[in-house]
Formats: sequence, C-alpha cells, structure tokens
Amino acid sequence: MSDNVLLPSGSIEKQTTTLNLGPTHPATHGVFQNIIELDGEKIVAADSTVGYIHRAFEKIAERRSLYQITPLTDRLNYCSAPINNMGWHLTCEKLLKVQVPKRVDYLRVIIMELARITDHLICNSIMGVDSGAYTGFLYVMQYRELVYEIYEEICGSRLTTNIGRIGGFERDFTNTAFEKIERFLKEYPAVLKEFEDLFTRNRIFMERAIGAGPISAERALNYGFTGPNLRAAGVDYDVRAVAPYSRYEEFDFEVPVGSTGDSYDRFLVRNGEMWQSLRIIQQALQKLNDLKGEEATVYHADVPEYYLPPKKDVYTKMEALIWHFKIIMGEINMPAGEVYNAVEGANGELGFYFISDGGRTPYRLHFRRPCFIYYQAYAEMVKGAMLSDAIVVMSSMNLIAGEMDA
Amino acid sequence: MALSNEYIKEKLIAKFGDQVTGFEEQYGLLSFRSDKELNLKVLNFLVEEETLQFGFLTDLCGVHYPDHKGEEIAVVYHLHNMRENVRIRYKVFTSIAQPDVYTATGIFAGANWMERETYDFYGVNFIGHPNLKRILNVEEMDYFPMRKEYPLEDQSRIDKDDEMFGR
Repeated sequence: MSDNVLLPSGSIEKQTTTLNLGPTHPATHGVFQNIIELDGEKIVAADSTVGYIHRAFEKIAERRSLYQITPLTDRLNYCSAPINNMGWHLTCEKLLKVQVPKRVDYLRVIIMELARITDHLICNSIMGVDSGAYTGFLYVMQYRELVYEIYEEICGSRLTTNIGRIGGFERDFTNTAFEKIERFLKEYPAVLKEFEDLFTRNRIFMERAIGAGPISAERALNYGFTGPNLRAAGVDYDVRAVAPYSRYEEFDFEVPVGSTGDSYDRFLVRNGEMWQSLRIIQQALQKLNDLKGEEATVYHADVPEYYLPPKKDVYTKMEALIWHFKIIMGEINMPAGEVYNAVEGANGELGFYFISDGGRTPYRLHFRRPCFIYYQAYAEMVKGAMLSDAIVVMSSMNLIAGEMDA
Repeated sequence: MALSNEYIKEKLIAKFGDQVTGFEEQYGLLSFRSDKELNLKVLNFLVEEETLQFGFLTDLCGVHYPDHKGEEIAVVYHLHNMRENVRIRYKVFTSIAQPDVYTATGIFAGANWMERETYDFYGVNFIGHPNLKRILNVEEMDYFPMRKEYPLEDQSRIDKDDEMFGR
C-alpha cells in the first residue's frame, strides 16, 4: 500500500462499510438520513436520523388561533395537503360541535380523494424512478398538474393549499373546477391503466420490488403502521371505513389489502386505492347533482364565530365587521375539552390530539404523523437485504420529510 | 358484543381498584389516569386482557401543566382496539423535578420514537428505553422546548406588542 494514502484508523480492521444515504440523497426525496452498515452489498444494520426540517409546529400552534393553524397543517404531508387541512377542520368542528351541510361533506370528499390520488401517484411513480423506470412518472405527473389546477381553481394555491374553513369552504366550487374534475375523471383512468401496464407485470420492477422489505401484520401493528403500508401487510384498517367522517359511510368503495407487506404489495395497494378514489369522486359528483333546493348551493355551515363573513357585508354591516375583526385577531374563546380526531391521510391515520383549556389558542396540539411512526421500522425492514433494496423500500414506504419532522 | 366504555371502566376498576382514577368521557372517548409507577401494568392489562385487547398504540405524547404542582408533566397514551374500533386515552402524571416514567417500548415497538419525541420536547426520562436521545431537535440543545416556560416569541422584542389582543 502506498504511504501517500491516509486511511482513517480502524478502517482496515473493520469488516463492514458505513454508508450514508442522505440527508440530501436523491432517493430520500426530502431531508433525512439513513446510515447503513454494509457487509459487501448486504445490509447488516441501519439507523435513521430525522428532524432536519423540524419547524416546531406544535409549539407555534400554541400561540395561533384556529384558522392560523390550517397553513401549518399544509406543511406536514405536502403531497396531500388538502387531507391535512380537512382533518384539521374536522377536529375543530368536533371540538366546537359544528354540523356541516351535506354538500360540504361531498365537496370535501372530492378534494380529499383527489389529494389521495396525487399522493399515491407521486409515491408509486417515484418508486418507479428509483428503480430505473422514468417513463411512468412523466405520464402521471401531467395529471397531478391537472389536480393542482383544480386546487388552484378552488382555493387559489397549489401545493400548500390552506383549503376550506371551519364549517365549509371559503367559496363555492366554480364551474371551471367541476369541468376540470370531470376532465380528470374522464382522462385519468386511461393513464393509470397505462401506468399499471408499465409496472405491475414488468419483470424488472417485479424483481426489484417483490420480497423487498416485507413486514408481517403483527410487526406492522406493533410498530404502529397505518394506511397503505399496514394494508399491504394484510390488515384491512382504513379510518374511512371503520370510523367514517364526512359521510364516507354513504359511499361504496373497497379497501384493497395485500398479503406479504413487501414493497410490491405496497405499490399494488396504492394503485388499488387510486381506482377506489376515482369511484368515490364519481359517486360524490352524483350525490352533489342529486341535492335539491337550498342544499344544492350551500357551501358552509353557519358558524359566525369561526367562519369569516362575506367581504361586502364586512364593509356595510356592523355585525359582520365585528365578527371579521374578532376572528382575524383570534379573540374568540373556545370551549374547553380534549379531542382526538383521525382521518385517513394518504400515508395512514393522521390524528390530531387537541387540548383546549377554554382559551383562544390550543393549550396543546399534537399531530399524530403516520410516517414518523412507521418509519422507525425501516431499520428492521432492510436488515439482511441488499443495498438496492434499501432504496426501493424507502420509496415504497412513502416517506414525507415534512410530515416526519412536523 | 360491542365494547362499551362502562365495560372497560368496570374491568379496570376490578383489576386495579382505586389506583385508576379520573374517568372521563369527552366526545365519547374514555379517558383515565393512574400513578406513573403503574403504567406498564395498566398497559399490559389493556393489551392482554382477552376482552379488551387494546393492542395498537395510536399515539403517545407529553403535555406540560405548570400549575399542577408535583405532577407537571403528563404522558398521554392513545390506545386502539381495532377489532371493535374503540379508542381510549390513558394518562400518567409525573413531577417535573423527577420526570421518570417506565418505557412502553417493551410492549409496543412503535413507542420508541414517540418516547424519544416526548423526551426531546418535555424531558420525560423513559426508564429502560433502548436509545433515549433527541430526535427532532439538535443534540446540543440543553432545554426542553415544549415546556410552557419557554415562550414562543422572543420576549426581549419591544417592536411587537400584542398585549391588546389578549394573547
């Protein structure tokens, strides 16, 4: 050996190699680090470091009034921000005992299912990218763009949506929004079919994904898995089905499950869910069409304490002006109480544990972030696998750094 | 048979007597508390009792109540029986001077990071935890930021006075 090479001490004696995947590795899709101990190409141990984009949302929320917390929830799982927003509104409505009109529920279902589709299509197509198949990603991305246009039409923004209000929506869906939803429903199935044709029976993809990072149902439950990752292991737990919110009980849909809990099953479950989401949106549009009279136009509940009055009233009516001021300044005392509310986020059970002491801001707000909880199983799932599996397993788990770090 | 809150309460009282207290039902969710020394016994009972089977730890987090002398910090467990779809909330309280609570990692593998998070923000020392170190904050941090004595905004700022708005 040449004397010019300075090897770190212990590197010759050490039998294994330490490899850092991340914090800014292309395959991590966000900032978090995986430290992998390799014997040749085989993983003997793994550890993860998270927290690179921790923004102290729970602390910030203790000084914010309810409507100011909605933008914080956007930034948890930013691939499906509307679900987080709706989950937050539903939590507040549960605490405040607000009943929302039928139409609001259906509109929310449409938005949440669109968000679920965008989240799953990103996850699955990125899994393709990470295993060497770029094409599928480009096909489906066009349709994520269309969904983002729908969001834009409804609320004005695309990624971090801040969509909806406590009690309903800030404005009604426009005709353009409905046209775009129709267009999405008409065109997306063909694209999704093509996407599936590219992947599900693709030899290379199957070889990469089948058997990569399996987890048994028992271990998955012990680790606190929820969502598609748990269902891929064979447990049919879906918050929408077991504890329906927003009138999900009126909808006819299936909960796809896998059996082995490996990366391939996670992929298939997500694909299956996209088809179900399309069905749900279709039914929601039908239900909206069937609404009659006043029910067919109302888009928010009557909660003057939390729902901003229309601007023209603010300028002309005293009462509206007072409410507007009180809401914006956060001068409204909430009822005291503790509430836990969960929705089926794209990654799993997204829970909000909200303690109110009767003040103007939450006394404590805790986000149950599904991906923070299930990511701790990563080390166990990749142990004994090859380095290439580590990448596929990571993609298939749908890790969103924003949600992990809160 | 659906698992009712009264039944769970009866079972707990039959097993632990007056060591479990503070039964409440807010928004339909049964909540109770016990001494912190009992937490593993209670959790084990909830998981293993044949008719209860709260085998899923949904959430674990801390709460700080500076005014409750001697029991300033609460550790809150949300457990779920998925078969019956019943949730319960279980709390233990600990003093801030000696925030020691037994770890639940032996029962739930998923408690590992949730306890690290609780340690990170509230300084709860989970006895027996395999790897109790900070998870979201930087390791050099020498305080526990979610405790109420740390205000969100810099108190030395004089350009920003929101006293009038009551917050």
